Amino acid sequence: MSEQTILSVRDVQVHFNVKAKSKLPWARSRTLKAVDGVSFDLKAGETLGVVGESGCGKSTLSRAILNLIPATHGEIVWMGKDLSGATTKQWHSVRRDIQMIFQDPLASLDPRMTVGQIIAEPLREHRPGMSKDEMNQRVRAMMAKVGLREQMINRYAHEFSGGQCQRIGIARALIVEPKLIVCDEPVSALDVSIQAQIVNLLKSLQQEMKLALIFIAHDLAVVKHISDRVMVMYLGHVMELADKHSLYARPRHPYTRALLSAVPVPNPAIERTKVVQILSSDIPSPINPPTGCVFHTRCPIAEARCSVEVPPLRTLEHGVAAACLLA
Amino acid sequence: MSLLKVSNLEVAFDSPDAVVRAVNGVSFDLEEGSTLGIVGESGSGKSQSVLAMLGLLATNGRAKGSAIYQGENLLSMPAKKLNRIRGNRLSMIFQDPMTSLNPYLTIERQMTEVLELHKNMTRRAAKKRSIEMLEAVRIPEAAHRIDQYPHELSGGMRQRVMIAMALLCEPQVLFADEPTTALDVTVQAQILQLLRNLQHDFGTAIVLITHDLGVVAGLCEQVMVMYGGRVMEQCNADNLFARPSHPYTIGLLRALPRLDQSDAPLVGIPGNPPNMAHPPSGCPFQERCIDASQRCAESVPPLESFGGDTTWLRACNRPVEQMKSLHEVAHV
Repeated sequence: MSEQTILSVRDVQVHFNVKAKSKLPWARSRTLKAVDGVSFDLKAGETLGVVGESGCGKSTLSRAILNLIPATHGEIVWMGKDLSGATTKQWHSVRRDIQMIFQDPLASLDPRMTVGQIIAEPLREHRPGMSKDEMNQRVRAMMAKVGLREQMINRYAHEFSGGQCQRIGIARALIVEPKLIVCDEPVSALDVSIQAQIVNLLKSLQQEMKLALIFIAHDLAVVKHISDRVMVMYLGHVMELADKHSLYARPRHPYTRALLSAVPVPNPAIERTKVVQILSSDIPSPINPPTGCVFHTRCPIAEARCSVEVPPLRTLEHGVAAACLLA
Repeated sequence: MSLLKVSNLEVAFDSPDAVVRAVNGVSFDLEEGSTLGIVGESGSGKSQSVLAMLGLLATNGRAKGSAIYQGENLLSMPAKKLNRIRGNRLSMIFQDPMTSLNPYLTIERQMTEVLELHKNMTRRAAKKRSIEMLEAVRIPEAAHRIDQYPHELSGGMRQRVMIAMALLCEPQVLFADEPTTALDVTVQAQILQLLRNLQHDFGTAIVLITHDLGVVAGLCEQVMVMYGGRVMEQCNADNLFARPSHPYTIGLLRALPRLDQSDAPLVGIPGNPPNMAHPPSGCPFQERCIDASQRCAESVPPLESFGGDTTWLRACNRPVEQMKSLHEVAHV
């Protein structure tokens, strides 16, 4: 794997204004901090897994990287170039290198376009000079690569199963030969047997095309399988960022530990006797997040200072960083 | 004697193009206080089997076979009689708590209705009982929460309200259709713990429908694996995970990414799930099975007891000793 950093995300914040509850003129609008100060680097060919529960900001972060939702604050540096304040035209060229795969395989495909048109669309946008024949050839080659039969080229998305639709989404992302693919829950809508097919496909294509992946998921087992490093998010903050082996073998943050212990293991001997770290109550509202460490209201080991001090993400050992005062 | 005895349950739907046979020949015995897991992927017929038993099929659906509860067949019971049983002795938790609660009614109205109807309680007594039940499922400030509407609660809390509602009459059987699928793992852990405790306290039998084998491992004694509307394998949970005997079960377990094992490559099952309007002939799994032979396409393999164990059933033409699935892996 090359050591070149292709993407640097520096202190990115995405805040939304939420309308005030009351209609009174002096009622103040409030801010929802979906992503609040996230930083990481991504190397060429690397897979970064991003996990967290609903509302932790993982999807918002992925969209901020592509400027689909503009970041309120912070820098996104792509290939050494800071993209904050980049023009639409500059973004256009960046988006050839960064592609995205979405969660709902069917909803992310245009129902009125054939598979061939869907897969060719990025080419029409990013390679306007390309001849029709070449485009057609490339689409067919890409379909073969992702495991779709060439004869399906004139069919519409609704004629395909969920797994096949996701293959179409992957083909569409890969056709412009990107360097990075942001995958937002690409397998969570799929059945297990199909999920494994898609994970394997992504892995082999990644090796073949030297792709970097940002793989967002809520399933810790899938993320373990595909990632080199894993970032755990909670209420818009990074709780832990570590290489896969350390994170799963020796989680440092109490939230990571709680998440891991909550995942049911398909082995009755382990699962029936396992002591699950049950977190009390529900995830707090990101409109009114707790002070200090955002996790302290549910943390089993929180101390008094956790509600005051915001723990920085600090490196504990090579390749392992956690945002916990007690780690 | 078993609490609920289901024999040869079939569910079919009339659609304009074809008759969709969603469930074919499901049978099981449910003992008091036990837990049966029904596992399968989308379209395997796991939910429809349970909906059929409670008379909740869509209007174009028909159920055949029998589901004997206290000497009477639920499938042929008139709605009036069924209404006295469901929600009372047999109750159900649905997958999506938002769409199964009535958005126009407060939690209080939805809960007290159950008790007024089945137990002839006064509204006041019913409310008191409802609050107790909400507390039992650990809803904080239950007395205040009960006057709220479903949209004011979080997903995990709504699911707990559904569970509380299902348990109001202390049912003998609780059907739970993917009760934790829509929830985050930490909330899922809370709900599973809750189901375990409630089963312990009330002695309720649970039929748990899920696609998550991890959830099955933690909660179920008996497991039924379904594919394409048929039962592939049915046995106790220990055997299923330690010595799966059907190519589909084996495939399912291999396809599962796991936290408890090193990163052996995942093995997907090749192909796509069957279209139930035009199912393959013979065994529904044969098109994706590496053990399939000519015979599998010709006739449906019967669900037979296996290895001299009457509680271990499998539907496969190929004897276990000759199964390739155990050693070989299909290229996906």
